[in-house]
Amino acid sequence: MDFELTEEQKLIRETVRDFAEREIKPVAKELDEKAIFSYDLTKKMGEIGLFGMNTPEKYGGQGLDTLSYIISVEELARVDGSQAATLAAHNSLGIGPLINYGTEEQKLKHIPQLCTGEALWSFGLTEAGAGSDSRGSKTIAVLDGDEWVINGSKIFITNASVDISVGCTVQAVSGEENGKKIFTTIIVEKDTPGFKRITMHGKMMWRASDTAELFFDDVRVPKENLLGKVGQGSHIMLHTLDGGRLSIAAMGLGCAQGAFELALNYANERKQFGKPISKFQINAFKLADMATKIELGRNLLYKACWLKDNGKPYSKEAAMSKLYCSEIAKEVADESVQIHGGYGLMKDYDVERFYRDQRLLQIGEGTSEIQRLVISRLIGC
Amino acid sequence: MKILVLISNVPDTTTKIRFTGDNTAFDDSGVQWIINPWDELALTRAVELKEAGGVDKITVANVGEKSTEATLRKALAVGADDAIRIDTTANDAFYVAAQLAEVAKDYDLILAGIEASDYNGNAVGGMLAEMLDFNSVSAVSGIELEESNFKITREVDGGSQVISIGGPLVAIVQKGIAKEPRIPAMRGIMMARKKPLSTKEPVEGVNKTQMISFELPPPKTACKLIDEENANEVITLLHEEAKVL
Repeated sequence: MDFELTEEQKLIRETVRDFAEREIKPVAKELDEKAIFSYDLTKKMGEIGLFGMNTPEKYGGQGLDTLSYIISVEELARVDGSQAATLAAHNSLGIGPLINYGTEEQKLKHIPQLCTGEALWSFGLTEAGAGSDSRGSKTIAVLDGDEWVINGSKIFITNASVDISVGCTVQAVSGEENGKKIFTTIIVEKDTPGFKRITMHGKMMWRASDTAELFFDDVRVPKENLLGKVGQGSHIMLHTLDGGRLSIAAMGLGCAQGAFELALNYANERKQFGKPISKFQINAFKLADMATKIELGRNLLYKACWLKDNGKPYSKEAAMSKLYCSEIAKEVADESVQIHGGYGLMKDYDVERFYRDQRLLQIGEGTSEIQRLVISRLIGC
Repeated sequence: MKILVLISNVPDTTTKIRFTGDNTAFDDSGVQWIINPWDELALTRAVELKEAGGVDKITVANVGEKSTEATLRKALAVGADDAIRIDTTANDAFYVAAQLAEVAKDYDLILAGIEASDYNGNAVGGMLAEMLDFNSVSAVSGIELEESNFKITREVDGGSQVISIGGPLVAIVQKGIAKEPRIPAMRGIMMARKKPLSTKEPVEGVNKTQMISFELPPPKTACKLIDEENANEVITLLHEEAKVL
């Protein structure tokens, strides 16, 4: 077994860490507090090539392996969940389905701009009444002559309402076969008449990322906007979420790492009863447990990436990584607040943001319960 | 126009410093290595000059063992075109300058960081200029290319000085030469793999200095807080403990 990262992967980690420390850290707190989506940071992430990391160079991407991308998400999340969310959602859910299922023409039309940081793309799956039960989807698409007509709505869609969000891959019911709904995936560009996008406010976490509610009122798009084939929607969704799980796992891992470092630094500085609180066994053991969980999570996630990069099945390991890394983000952030004591409850301390940001990770892109369902099926239950 | 940027491989600035061998050698176990921050700024300026046009090639050079290649790769990712590593241990400024002199003669402009964040030697740039019989300016905080000269801004006590000087030139650069070190882009990191990194055997040279011992600064003592009503205690402490009164 070789656990050594390549020289390139090490340099990518160092680079993204530098970037996050230098560009994101100084503004993360304020962006979170005021709930501001930063066009500037998005553009800068594009400039260093974080968008389209796994996308072939032919379409303007970097053509890097999965692990390099996952390391980048991890390093952003170590500093700020919101920026990591913008990146992860865009690469996995935005570019992902287009690159995997788009026609050559669709890819060449949309993807190059999506690799610059000047344009974002979203994936419209969740609905008000269809969360874990994505088959409960009510958004419908009907082929009328040369056009698809879409009606319905979507909710909690990342990167879908800012000005630079140029389109959405929409999952819709396109008919029935043997009494079962057929799902089809369709591209909708932002200025299409009847397509309304409303930014969702009042989030507890990822406050500097863009989350939207989408409404489709007789939205007509050319039939060429079909992504993949009619009826392939469920497959596209499941495949996209497999990859997406790796990025959410990376966000959990990075969040845990960041919260752990905050706890360790604080525990070494904070003195009570005449010595640093890290010298008390109760805290030292907490920190040892945190570090152990992080190491386990990292090994699991990197292995899932290795499986994907080597063309082996990785669905089970991806679901396990997502489950485990998001759960340890909760545990580590919680203990980190505990170590910070009263200060951990104050917005002046970064750990307060980590504590809130981690809470999405057990819910978004498949809840922890759904991950357990996926794993249990894959192990033969 | 060809630029050579001298790259020193130094411990990360947050490294906990320890010594071995009875305080005669730096303990480098578990240390993260980086490009010397001043050299990184020099490289950034070189890349800016190249982007502005007028520079054909940027080479980076380092005197060090194979383990320093990761640092050179990073320099290539930032924007250097090729790299040279002289395969020997960099013990002494004179020895290092003598090695670099072998590869530096064909360049029009050589950029050297004013100091290295490890041993703070502040010597290689000047020695190299002397060995090559090149012009040399130190404390350079700005550099522009002119038709046949270099326009140099350098820091002097309480202000700055602008001079024009011909090449070939060794510019010993300090803070201000570039705003901040450039973060390599993913594309740069990938291209770095394909850029040439050549290894050269060292020429014979002498180490003119020898390390006798290192000493760490005294550890920071804890801050003493004194109740605002006990102002007299401050005076007593300053008098008896700090002995400054």
